[in-house]
Amino acid sequence: MQSKTKELDPILEVNNLFASIENLPILKGVTISVNPGEIHAIMGRNGCGKSTLSKIIAGHPSYNITKGEIKFTGNDIHSLEPEERAQSGIFLGFQYPIEIPGVSNLEFLRVATNARRKFLNKEELDTFDFEDLVKEKLDLVKMDSAFLSRSINQGFSGGEKKRNEILQMALLEPKIAILDETDSGLDIDALRIVASGIKKISNEQTGIILITHYQRLLDEIQPDYVHVMADGQIIKTGESDLALELEKYGYEWTDNFIKEQ
Amino acid sequence: MVSENLVKDVVSEPYKYGFVTDIETEKISKGLNEDTIRLISEKKEEPQYLLNFRLNAFRKWQKMEEPNWADLGYKKIDYQDIIYYSAPKQKEKISSLDEVDPKLLETFDKLGIPLTEQKKLTNVAVDAVFDSVSIATTFRKELAEHGVIFCSISEAVKDHSNLIEKYLGSVVPANDNYFAALNSAVFSDGSFVYIPKGVKCPMDLSSYFRINSGDSGQFERTLIIAEESSSVSYLEGCTAPMFDTNTLHAAVVELIALDDASIKYSTVQNWYAGNEEGVGGIFNFVTKRGKCLGKRSKISWSQVETGSAITWKYPSCILLGEESVGEFYSVALTNNLQQADTGTKMIHIGPRTKSTIVSKGISAGNSINSYRGLVKMGSKASGSRNYSQCDSMLIGDQAAANTFPYIQSQQPNSEIEHEASTCRISEDQLFYLQSRGIEFEEAVSMMVSGFCRDVFNQLPMEFAAEADKLLALKLEGSVG
Repeated sequence: MQSKTKELDPILEVNNLFASIENLPILKGVTISVNPGEIHAIMGRNGCGKSTLSKIIAGHPSYNITKGEIKFTGNDIHSLEPEERAQSGIFLGFQYPIEIPGVSNLEFLRVATNARRKFLNKEELDTFDFEDLVKEKLDLVKMDSAFLSRSINQGFSGGEKKRNEILQMALLEPKIAILDETDSGLDIDALRIVASGIKKISNEQTGIILITHYQRLLDEIQPDYVHVMADGQIIKTGESDLALELEKYGYEWTDNFIKEQ
Repeated sequence: MVSENLVKDVVSEPYKYGFVTDIETEKISKGLNEDTIRLISEKKEEPQYLLNFRLNAFRKWQKMEEPNWADLGYKKIDYQDIIYYSAPKQKEKISSLDEVDPKLLETFDKLGIPLTEQKKLTNVAVDAVFDSVSIATTFRKELAEHGVIFCSISEAVKDHSNLIEKYLGSVVPANDNYFAALNSAVFSDGSFVYIPKGVKCPMDLSSYFRINSGDSGQFERTLIIAEESSSVSYLEGCTAPMFDTNTLHAAVVELIALDDASIKYSTVQNWYAGNEEGVGGIFNFVTKRGKCLGKRSKISWSQVETGSAITWKYPSCILLGEESVGEFYSVALTNNLQQADTGTKMIHIGPRTKSTIVSKGISAGNSINSYRGLVKMGSKASGSRNYSQCDSMLIGDQAAANTFPYIQSQQPNSEIEHEASTCRISEDQLFYLQSRGIEFEEAVSMMVSGFCRDVFNQLPMEFAAEADKLLALKLEGSVG
């Protein structure tokens, strides 16, 4: 694995981040930096803080940052609302995409896409132009246009929900995408569809963070860096072979690492 | 968690219809007795039978008690402290719109209901009611060509007395309930619609009710008759200025559908709701009922209730004719200290009658929003069916929602199906939409209108868009 040029400014920098929910500390000093074109994987047991980290970057209101900072394209995003972060190019692919009855998926995608386009000073799309765009993107995740007329994620299978997340990523063209266990609950075919979608969407300008438990997603999308998280910290960073090591030895050694601390 | 202020403010948009029109009015003095009623009847030059109808209602009302079974709390109404007749002064006989006081036309203009020939809405005929009287009715000539009568009820009393005598009080009898009895005694104006046999009304008909005076009550009365195989879609809108006192509005609406006739009655109610502390606002006590007299007749109510300090309203259907159909689609939104107790009654009398109830209640702030509905299957209603769905949505943690379904069946061969749900706009749903770049308030209003979709789909087109906007406005700031 060749490491990519470091001369670019990082898209995302998380510096010594401490965060808690209802006074319960979850993150205990996380540092990570993602450059354009890089793919990072974060692995670790359930409850180690992976999902929390992703939600905090997206601006979830339940968490308090007690120390440290998050910079996106060089600016501290602490005071930005979740929608401002999204408009400026931060994308979170949800582990459990939320169902919203009554709100049509098509309308949702259009409003979201236009919010991002407005930020980019691009013309907002009317219903017809948007339909053309969305049909093109549907192919990336092999979704049927029937999905568009349904309520957001309502009655979608696990795999359909995850593909809907990738469709959103394709439409929003984020600068950084944090994909939280996008592989969980997918059979092997669905996993391939999702993985190939992600690869097609990303380019040299995009940074990607894949949060996962399993090697199988990383077989499809080769990460530049693998971070292992335990107890709210990144305890080890390596290249893609670290994931293989983890696969081989399991998470027990991370537990031992915590004990030693 | 969604920060507390976040959930507090999405529901409070300043009320934009709160202005008062400065116009000379003719008012009678406060108070209610038989002389008041004689005076109203005299001013309107009514025939004897109508005066008798009023006096009879008044005597019954005096013996009745104000109902207290609804889940509503409010200061006792002093019925002697109300003006029962208030009308803008104008020429005795108005032969054309040019003679209407420009201030009145301007008022309706400001409300988005232009009445003048040049500006009037192109596809809707409007009857504009200001305090106690009807100001103008548009498109009368065009409608008359189809035999459709659309005028104020006062005019109908003069020009179509036989119909009034036959049908007034035939659906809501004078002694039906306390507020209906009061209305029957003192009603001042309202709209009258008659659709002759076989006629599909060529355009939507609409009444716009405007309360202007602070100390007078509004007691309008609407009567719609659809003869065999006719159909009509009727819309009703209401607004009032902001006063810090409460104004009483007690209306009666009666609908009659004969064989194969259909009436669709839609309301967007946006009376002034009072301020955030619950001061002022309209007390809205309304009796609306339709009688499906004919075979295969159909009456459909749709309502979007967003205003009033107190709403007490149960648009109902009496399904007499065999295979007749009743529908009730309702969205009721309450905020701040508003209270709404609203629902419907579906009384199945004829065989193979069908009714559908879809009620969506949204409560925000410290408001209370109750659905109260009765489905009754009479002994002859064999093969009849009802489907009810009552959903409540809570915004914030101070609002309350109740559902009171009453079911009575004397007919084993009938079906009643009731579904109810309560949900809260969850923080996760909001975060999901926001994390896609959708502004907080837009996210809330998307979810609210998604929640109301089944009902909005039943509204006439322009009305649906209007209702969507209205809800968004009312919700602005309540979840903020």
